[in-house]
Amino acid sequence: MIQQLWNKLTDHIDPVLFALVTLITVLGLMVLYSAANEAMGRVVGQSQKVMVAVVVMFVLANLSPTFIARFAVPLYLIGIVLLLGVAIGGEVIKGARRWLKLPLIGNIQPSEIMKIAVPLILAWYFDKHEGAINWKNFLVAGLLVAIPFALIVRQPDLGTALLVGACGFYILYLAGLDWRIIVGGGLIAAISFAAAWEFNWLHDYQKERVMTVFNPSLDAQDAGWHTIQAAIAIGSGGLIGKGWLSGTQTHLEFLPEKHTDFIVAVYGEEFGLIGVLVLLVIYVLLIGRCMLIAMRAQTLFGRLIAGTFGLMFFTYTFVNIGMVTGMLPVVGVPLPFVSFGGTAMMTLFIAVGMLMSIATHRKLLAT
Amino acid sequence: MKELRNREQEVFWFQRRVFVAAVFMLLCFALLLGRFIYLQLVKHEHFERLAEANRIDVQPEVPNRGIITDRNGIVLASNFSAYTLELNPQKIPNLDATIERLATLVDISQRDRRRFKRLYEEFRSAESLPLKSRLSDEEVARIAANRFQLPGVEIKARLFRQYPMGEVASHVIGYIGRISQREKERIEAQGLAAEYKGSDYIGKSGIELTYEKDLRGTAGAVEVEVDASRRVMRQLSRKASISGNNLQLSLDIRLQRLAEEAFTDRRGALVAIEPSTGDILAFVSKPGFDPNLFVDGIDPQSWEALRDSLDKPMLNRPLQGAYPPGSTYKPFMALMAQEFGIRTREQAIADPGFFRLGNGYWRDDKVGGHGMVNLPKSIAVSCNTYYYQLGAELDIDEWSGFMRQFGFGQKTGVDIDGELTGTLPTREWKAKRFPKDPKVHVGDQVSLGIGQGFNAFTPLQLAYATAVLANNGVAFRPHLVKRVQDAKSGDSQLTQPEPAYTIKLKPEHIQAVKEGLQGVVLEGTSASVFKGAKYTSGGKTGTAQAFNLRGQKYVESQVDERSRDHSWYITFAPLDKPQIAMAVFVENGGFGARAAAPIARKVLDAYFDQAALDANWKGFLAQKRDTKAEP
Repeated sequence: MIQQLWNKLTDHIDPVLFALVTLITVLGLMVLYSAANEAMGRVVGQSQKVMVAVVVMFVLANLSPTFIARFAVPLYLIGIVLLLGVAIGGEVIKGARRWLKLPLIGNIQPSEIMKIAVPLILAWYFDKHEGAINWKNFLVAGLLVAIPFALIVRQPDLGTALLVGACGFYILYLAGLDWRIIVGGGLIAAISFAAAWEFNWLHDYQKERVMTVFNPSLDAQDAGWHTIQAAIAIGSGGLIGKGWLSGTQTHLEFLPEKHTDFIVAVYGEEFGLIGVLVLLVIYVLLIGRCMLIAMRAQTLFGRLIAGTFGLMFFTYTFVNIGMVTGMLPVVGVPLPFVSFGGTAMMTLFIAVGMLMSIATHRKLLAT
Repeated sequence: MKELRNREQEVFWFQRRVFVAAVFMLLCFALLLGRFIYLQLVKHEHFERLAEANRIDVQPEVPNRGIITDRNGIVLASNFSAYTLELNPQKIPNLDATIERLATLVDISQRDRRRFKRLYEEFRSAESLPLKSRLSDEEVARIAANRFQLPGVEIKARLFRQYPMGEVASHVIGYIGRISQREKERIEAQGLAAEYKGSDYIGKSGIELTYEKDLRGTAGAVEVEVDASRRVMRQLSRKASISGNNLQLSLDIRLQRLAEEAFTDRRGALVAIEPSTGDILAFVSKPGFDPNLFVDGIDPQSWEALRDSLDKPMLNRPLQGAYPPGSTYKPFMALMAQEFGIRTREQAIADPGFFRLGNGYWRDDKVGGHGMVNLPKSIAVSCNTYYYQLGAELDIDEWSGFMRQFGFGQKTGVDIDGELTGTLPTREWKAKRFPKDPKVHVGDQVSLGIGQGFNAFTPLQLAYATAVLANNGVAFRPHLVKRVQDAKSGDSQLTQPEPAYTIKLKPEHIQAVKEGLQGVVLEGTSASVFKGAKYTSGGKTGTAQAFNLRGQKYVESQVDERSRDHSWYITFAPLDKPQIAMAVFVENGGFGARAAAPIARKVLDAYFDQAALDANWKGFLAQKRDTKAEP
C-alpha cells in the first residue's frame, strides 16, 4: 500500500534531475544563510517559496507533455495582454515600468511569464508543423519571439528581454534553423547593437552597465562598485575560501546584492576555487541531464522544450556568474536555484516540472 | 516508412544540434572556470590585500599632552576631554546654511562664527574644523538627534588644552594652536609625521613651543575592523599612545602672580632667579594675555585687539625687550674695575658734580657732587662721575669681554624660544652698526660707563647677571623648567643640575661690590623703599633713557607717558646667602626707586614670608572662583 503510494508519487520524478536540483538548492540556502548574516528569517522565507515551487513542479511532472502543450497558446496570449497592460498602466519602480498591480493576485512581473510562455508556444507551434517545417514557420516563430521581446525592451528591461529572446532563439536553433541565417542574424544583431549604441537607443544606465564591464573602476561608487567588490570577494577567497560564514566582504556589507544577483561572490569568497569547481560541475551535470532528456524525448515538443530549458539554465548560470566575475555587464540575472527571490525560483521549478514530465511520459507515448 | 526515416533523420539532426550546443556550453563553463582561476589563484594576493584594506581601518590614538605644573605642583596647563561640534567643509556644500541650521539647535556665538571663518580661511582643505567646543550633554543629544539632516556635521570627543591660571605667567607657558601648513611641512621634513598622527595641535610659544618634543608624546594606533559604512565592528590590535612628559617649572606661581599684581596696570618685566640653581622663580611680562583664547583658534577680533594694542601684550618683555641698563650696570663696572686692577675698594675720587674730558662735559644727578666717593659709596649713592671717569679709562673690547661673562648682550640660554641678544658694544659692533662713524669715541665710553648709550640688555640678562654676582660668579643657566618627568616611568630629571661655568673673581672684590649694594638699600637710593624690611638685601636702582618711541605709532594723548624714562631695579637677598636675585623693569616708570624698587620690595617681602604669600594666593583663587561663578 505504502509502496504503491510511494510509486505513485515518484513515478514522474526524474531522480537524477531532482537530486541535482535539490543539491544546488540546499547549497544555495546555506550560502543565503551566510549572506543574510546568519539571520534565519530569510532562509525560512526562501525555503517556503521552494516548497511551493516543488509542489508546482510535482504537479507539472505528473501532467503529460501533450496536456501541458494545451496551455501554450492561452499562456502566451495572457502574457502578451499583461505586457500590454504594463506598458499602459504599470508601476514605475526605479525609472522602469515592469510591474503590474492586479486585483487578488497582487504585484506581478509579466515578463517573467514569458520566460516559460515563449518556449512553450514555439515548441507547440513547431510540433504542430512537424515534418513540414519551412522558412515561413521560422518567420512566424521569429515574430512570436519578437513581439514580447520588443515589449520587454520598452519597459525597459534589457536583461529579461535578452533572456526571453535567447529562449526563443534556442528553439529556432534546435528546430533546425539554417546555419546561414544564424550567422547572418548574428551579424545583423551585432550591427544593430552598434547602431543602437551610436544613436542612443539604449538608456544611459544600460550603456553604463556595458561600459563598466570593460573598466569597473570607471565609476567605483555606483555600477562599478558592484563588480569591484565582487571581484575582491571572489579573489580574496583564494583556493579554499575563508570558510562558511567567515567572508569579510560579505559580512561587513562591502558586497552589494549579496542575497540576490551577487550571491555567487559570497560562495566564491567562503568556499574558494574548490567550492566553485564543485558548483560548476553540478551545473554542468544538471544541464547535461536536461540535454539527455531532450535527446531521449519522443516528440518534437518534448525535445524542443527540454533542450531549450537546458540551454536556459545554462544561459542564466553563465550570464549571472559572468556578470559577477566581471566578464559580462551587470544585467540583473539571478543564479538559478541559489539567488534569493520567489519568482525566479518558481519559473525554474516550473521548467524542472516540465522536464520531468517529458522525461517520464516517454513509455506511455510509445504504446 | 518514409515518415519514420524522416523522424530518425530529424532526431539525428536534433542530436547534432544538441551536441554543438553542449560543446559551446562546455567551452563557456571552461571560460568561467578560467576566470575563477585568474581571480582566485593568479590575483589572489592582490584581492586579499584589497579585502583587508576594505575591512581594516587604522585609527590614530592621540596621546595626552604633558602637564605643566609650577615648582610646588600647582597645575598651569592640563588637558580636559570635551565634545566638540565639528564641520567637514569637504562634505558641506553650503557652510553658512549649515551653521544657521545648527544655530537653531545649539547656541552658536558670534565669536564662534568668526573663529570658524578664520580657521576655514586658513585650513580650507581640512576634513574637520571645530565650530563650537565644550558642548553640554543636552547639546550633544540635540545635534545627534538631527544628524541625519546634517551631512558633514560631527560630534567628536577631543582633548583640550586648558590654562587654569589664565593670564598668569602666560608669557612663560605660552599656548598651543592648530598645526599650520608650514609647521606641517616641517613635521614631515623631520620625519615626525607618525608621532603627530591624528593630532591637530602644536606648541606655538613659550614652554609649549620649546618643550614641544617632551610634551607632545607619541601617537598610538588602533586597528579596527569596519564595515562598508565605516562603522567599527571590533578592535583588532592596539598600539597604545605614549603620553607626553610632564614638566615641573621652576616658577613659583604664587610669587609670579603676586609680582604680576604688583605691577598693577604698568607695563614691564620682572625676572627672579634662585642664584644657587638658576631656577627662575618668577618671569613676568606685563601686560599678558589669556592663552586659553588660542586653544581652539583665536577669533579675529580678539587677535586684532592683542596685535594692535599699544601696550604690546604679545611682546615677551623679559626675553625680547632690550633697554639700556642705566645705573644697574654700575655694580658690574665696579667689580670689573677691581678685577682689572684700576680701582681698589678704598681708592676715592672727589666728585665735583660733573665730569669734564676735553671738550666734553657730563653732569652728575646731584648738584655739587657727592664729595669723596670710594667704590662702595659710588654704588650706594649711584655716583655718575665715578663711572664717567672709569668708562673713559677702559678699553672697550676688554670691557665687553668682562661683561660677556655675566651674560650681558648674550643669549642666556633660557629654555624658551625667541630670546633677544641685546647689544654689548665692541669696536667691531660700532664699526658694523655705524659705518659712517666707525670709531668708539671716549664720549661713547663715558655714557656706556653709567649704563646708557648703546648698551641694550634684556631684563632676563640683568636678572641673570645679578644672580651670578649674588652667587659669587658661579653661573647656573637660567631655566623655567626644573624637571622633566617621564610620563611612562615616572622618573624625573633636573634640567640644569650643574653650574654652567664659574667666573674667576676675587672674593674681596665681590665683597666690596656687595657692600655697595647693601648701602643702596640701607642708606642709598632705595633706602626709603626698603625701610623696615625683615631681611637683608643688596639692590641697585637704575633709570634708562627712553630716547625714542621705538617705532610706536604717534598718539598724542599718550606721548607724554610713553616717552618717560624706564625704571630699573636689581636686587638679591639675603645678603650673605642669597636665595633670590631679581631684575625689575618698569616701562616709562621714571626714576628707578619710584616705580621698580617698590615692586621688588613687594616680591621680596612675600618671598620671605611664605604665610603671607599663601594668603595672597588663596585670595586670588577665591576671586577666580567668584568671577567664574558669576556668569
